[in-house]
Amino acid sequence: MADARPSQLFRNKSAKIAAIPMIVTALFVFVGGTAWTIVYSFTKSGLLPRLKWVGLDQYERLWSTKRWIVSIENLMIYGLSMLVLVFVIGFILAALIDQKIRFENTIRTVILYPYALSFVVTGLVWQWILNPEFGIESIVRSWGWESFAFDPLYNADIAIFGVLIAGLWQGSGLVMVLMLAGLRGIDQEVWKAARVDGIPAWKTYIFIVIPMMRPVFITTLVLVVTGIVKIYDLIVAQTGGGPGISTEVPAKYVYDMMFQANNLGQGFAASTMMLLTVALVVIPWAFLEFGGSKKRG
Amino acid sequence: MNKSVEIKNLDLEFGAVKVLQNLNLDIGKGEFLVLLGSSGCGKSTLLNCIAGLLDVTAGQIHINDKNVTWAEPSERGIGMVFQSYALYPQMNVEGNLSFGLKNAKLPKDEIAKRIKRASEILQIEPLLKRKPAALSGGQRQRVAIGRALVRDVDVFLFDEPLSNLDAKLRADLRVEIKRLHQNLGNTMVYVTHDQIEAMTLADRIAIMRGGQIMQLDSPEEIYGRPVNKYVAGFIGSPSMNFLEGRIEGDVFLVGDLAIPLAGYEFASGNAVSGEASLGIRPEHVVTGELVGNAPFQIDIDVSLIEPTGSDTLVDCEVAGHPFRVRMDGQAKIKVGERLRLGLDLSKASLFDKTSELRL
Ligand SMILES: Nc1ncnc2c1ncn2[C@@H]1O[C@H](COP(=O)(O)OP(=O)(O)O)[C@@H](O)[C@H]1O
Ligand SMILES: [Mg+2]
Repeated sequence: MADARPSQLFRNKSAKIAAIPMIVTALFVFVGGTAWTIVYSFTKSGLLPRLKWVGLDQYERLWSTKRWIVSIENLMIYGLSMLVLVFVIGFILAALIDQKIRFENTIRTVILYPYALSFVVTGLVWQWILNPEFGIESIVRSWGWESFAFDPLYNADIAIFGVLIAGLWQGSGLVMVLMLAGLRGIDQEVWKAARVDGIPAWKTYIFIVIPMMRPVFITTLVLVVTGIVKIYDLIVAQTGGGPGISTEVPAKYVYDMMFQANNLGQGFAASTMMLLTVALVVIPWAFLEFGGSKKRG
Repeated sequence: MNKSVEIKNLDLEFGAVKVLQNLNLDIGKGEFLVLLGSSGCGKSTLLNCIAGLLDVTAGQIHINDKNVTWAEPSERGIGMVFQSYALYPQMNVEGNLSFGLKNAKLPKDEIAKRIKRASEILQIEPLLKRKPAALSGGQRQRVAIGRALVRDVDVFLFDEPLSNLDAKLRADLRVEIKRLHQNLGNTMVYVTHDQIEAMTLADRIAIMRGGQIMQLDSPEEIYGRPVNKYVAGFIGSPSMNFLEGRIEGDVFLVGDLAIPLAGYEFASGNAVSGEASLGIRPEHVVTGELVGNAPFQIDIDVSLIEPTGSDTLVDCEVAGHPFRVRMDGQAKIKVGERLRLGLDLSKASLFDKTSELRL
């Protein structure tokens, strides 16, 4: 009889069959790879993985290594500044462009252009711009301001901000276009209603428009945060982690340990720590976002 | 007449596109004025100019005898309701009603009083704590009206407020808006492309076309004595039948018919002659037993029947022109049948062939 409800498992059969290779890949590569990495982070693997257990030794060593601590600090400084500034700059640019200005397409392309470059190019470009002998400093000095000094990449205390400038230059365009798309999605009549209500523009942005753009903000946040956590190539191209270890970052630590210091165990431990950090942020957020959505309907 | 809104020589251009040109309009205190026209004729543009949401190119706008041409929307003493409701989605109904008032720094008890009054009038008290997403279209539009209501203003502007609703709700809310106007006595300016809304709501209708007002009159006048052929064809559903012919003496000649003009009131008072269009509304054609009383009678072949329940529309041809007749829904009639029609020109309209103005 047809009154028995067909099993959920066998609905859309062909779609499910088509998805199997992807599901298998995802399970093997992501879940399997992750589990494997975590397991081997408790071993004494050197050049090659070896199942020789050392307990938490790798983690103890990791957290007593100055370079790792500096890397984490740098990631915090870079990440927080990047997150705040890239959103502020990107949103302000988008809001300006949204004022129906002329040459919108040109301006949008110019600002988005850096995003199309690889981090290696960005890093090299900004290495030159910030170089005292060729870049900004030498140009300003050639105008007659002889004592002008601007060489962040050569000062260990602020070198990470030199990287931040390059990161912002590259990343703001993407945030801008995403925000602009979000702004364009806002019904113009809402703006009109707010004007009739006498709400000033900045208040309309903060209390009405930005809350309406929540989905765009979340997408952008995910893109920006993943970009921050995995930052590696920009550092390699722009500073190589220097001066000294002042611009080291966790991803570079992992890479160097695994492929240069022939210390796989240490690299696995470091990458497990990175995973843990991301998980600590993502899991509570996912609970808030998706756990609550059933109640909200 | 006490004026509530005065528009003087208003021009509005978007770059090179002239949307409104030298438009003049006076709206009386407590009047319900409907701006009616097809899509793109500049109705919303005019309404946005009154609201102050668009900067006018030239001309002046006065509201309650104050020149507000360059005043901010919030300072003009207007409230506005939009087609898409334009509620603030992250705030609940109460928040939507109070946001503007809070921003204007009104005392708390005054805000509470206004919200209470508006929600009683619109029967949205049980919804105050809900977000717009949890409301139906009709409820949302009621909240949007409430947001205009709490502003405690003299002039309400509506931009196609019912166009997003389904037919039944549209009819219900239309009645509510009319009742609201009767109870409050505010001036209301209402934009729509729906002639039923216009006819039922308006004290006066302004028919717009190409950024100009073609006719500004009571619904009866616009229906009964349209000033030109465009208005005549636009108002009325099904639309007016036109016969192209010639006035000669006291008859209208079309094909081999000579229709007597006795009973027609010429706009100038005197009969004219020459090429003209004769406009007859489908509902002004008589059939059945009444035909005998009509001054002019003609037999036609029924070519198509559209029953609507209450009425039946009959398509046929008169002197080579397509012609429609509205009959009672009970009428028994078949395609191919012969039918006798009676025409009485006292309710008809005549338009000049070239200028298309009423004769
Ligand atoms: N922001 C704008 N820029 C250029 N043209 C516009 C703009 N807004 C409206 N128009 C034009 O003005 C005319 C009138 O528009 P509108 O007042 O919205 O018509 P409607 O009577 O349908 O409400 C239309 O032809 C439209 O294309
Ligand atoms: Mg419109």
